[in-house]
Amino acid sequence: MIQEQFPALIVVTPLIMSFILFTVSWWNKRLCFPILLATLSACLVFAIGILDMVIKHGQPIHYHLGGWDPPWGIEYVIDHLNALVLVAVAVVAWLVALYAKSVVEKELHESKLPQFYTLFLLQVTGLFGITATGDMFNLYVLLEIASFSAYAIIAMGERGADFAAFRYVIFGTIGACAYLLGVGYLYILTGSLNMADLAQLIPKLFYNKALLVGFAFFLVGVGIKMGIFPLHTWLPDAYTLAPSAVSALLAPLFTKVGAYVIIRIMFTVFDPSFSIKLYPVMDILGWIAAIGIAFACIMALAQSDLKRMLCYLIVAEMGYIVIGIASANRLGLTGAILHIVNDMFMMACLFTVVGAIMYQTGTRNIYQFRYLHRTMPVTLGVFVVGALSVVGVPPMCGFFSKWYLILGTIEAKKWLLLFVLLASSLVNAILFFRVIENAYLEPRGEHAFAHDGGHPSISLDEVPWSMLISMLMIAAGIILLGIFSGVIIKHVIQFAVPASF
Amino acid sequence: MWELILSKYNYWIYALLLIIGFYAMMAKNNLLKKLIGMNIFQWALIFYFISIAAKKGGTVPIIPGVHGHHGAEHLVVHAADYINPLPHVLMLTAIVVGVATTGIALALLINIYRRYGTLEEDEVIEELKR
Repeated sequence: MIQEQFPALIVVTPLIMSFILFTVSWWNKRLCFPILLATLSACLVFAIGILDMVIKHGQPIHYHLGGWDPPWGIEYVIDHLNALVLVAVAVVAWLVALYAKSVVEKELHESKLPQFYTLFLLQVTGLFGITATGDMFNLYVLLEIASFSAYAIIAMGERGADFAAFRYVIFGTIGACAYLLGVGYLYILTGSLNMADLAQLIPKLFYNKALLVGFAFFLVGVGIKMGIFPLHTWLPDAYTLAPSAVSALLAPLFTKVGAYVIIRIMFTVFDPSFSIKLYPVMDILGWIAAIGIAFACIMALAQSDLKRMLCYLIVAEMGYIVIGIASANRLGLTGAILHIVNDMFMMACLFTVVGAIMYQTGTRNIYQFRYLHRTMPVTLGVFVVGALSVVGVPPMCGFFSKWYLILGTIEAKKWLLLFVLLASSLVNAILFFRVIENAYLEPRGEHAFAHDGGHPSISLDEVPWSMLISMLMIAAGIILLGIFSGVIIKHVIQFAVPASF
Repeated sequence: MWELILSKYNYWIYALLLIIGFYAMMAKNNLLKKLIGMNIFQWALIFYFISIAAKKGGTVPIIPGVHGHHGAEHLVVHAADYINPLPHVLMLTAIVVGVATTGIALALLINIYRRYGTLEEDEVIEELKR
């Protein structure tokens, strides 16, 4: 049956279509966007089909590429954790693609559009592959596919983007090489590259020093790719200067898929007891996350560029996920996994709004947002939904993942992390109310205009429909994820947390 | 001491190359030198993988003369006589990845040079501030 082929199809389809798209663009440029949207729709169907299969069978799907049996061949393994991430990636990528059309047509030169759509698809290919694969080396290759498309697509952005992209290349390569070194250490020790096989072999080697070195290389390598605090230096520049549609795609997805890889390596490939009982990995991660969140919040407060502020916010959000991991209990990890999904939607929401504001007004400076609530009421409404979710106001999804993270830190008795979580929520509130204040409230001394029914020169001036629909759907997603978070936890996430917790 | 270095000389070379590459990436001001450092970093890794596969007196893992004959399954094969082919295969992929990274980085450098007229990092940053 075709449904059994979904794990391979979800990676192969966008890969092949990206080549077809580029070829077709020589003949007819207008077909690019429909092909992109159709491919992503197919991927969405595959992802939902996979999740459906996983929930029905209740156990991981194993797909052997080319019919070679696992430890020798490459195996795709999809359990509850990656099925959930796959669906989230597919949904967000689809919505951002819908949003991207108008934005890129305005921001990029017409001759660059086919390249943009091709790289968009390659990026999604890499992200799906990273999530679906069950082979350490295959993960490296797909990580590099995702990174390459990210380098190239970021360089299309505004002035300075090429330099930011070059720095990203250097850092990204260090990250990828560190990951590959980790793979090398594990291969020397065990002779295997298959995750499930490694999970069997590694507990026998627990006291081996080389294993510890390999583990450290993994953490550093993936840490650079996901932008954890001391390794985040490439992130703000690269994501700020990238084209709006690109940051709306990369910022939610790439860092979060990196967080998934960390969870996969720490809890599936290495036994959870390795980083909890044997070495104080969780304490170190907790400290790094705490310092990182504090740093990111301070840096975010210092920014007047909304997009750059959001970039620092990503660093803080990655810190939340690491806190959930560092709590090392069921509640904390549930929060971390839920936050991966929620944060994809929250960041997609905020970055699409920034792109929309850029599209209409040409500025991202917070202090120039005056009267924006009259010209772009829907866009700002979506922004408020995203902002409230990041702050953690109940009906939005951000509240629920934070709730679990907080419960996790309380159960682990890590009071510092609890304090950091609560304090940073407060800072988030300040950050966003600064924006909302500038956009919604009339400046003092200017309300003389109010008596004749508002400023005469200000009229409704919203972004195109495709962008509005996409942003509204993302906002609706945030609220729905919040309402149905109990369902997601009950049917998916509770099986994704390691059984030993 | 010397024995420790000499008996595992491949690891020492790899570590040295890795550090040289890392130093160049972090400390050099010229972007092209950074890129060269990045290449050294990547090739150190490839060297490391290839060297772990090598065996003294080992040969390519091809068993000659048994193709198509009956009884090939009775042939005794000592794994110690053959080098491990898997790291080589992995590194073929890693070489492709390295070439692609270099290609992208060079393209970016051409772009940077055209726009800012220099490849020195501090001068580019100075130019961007204006």
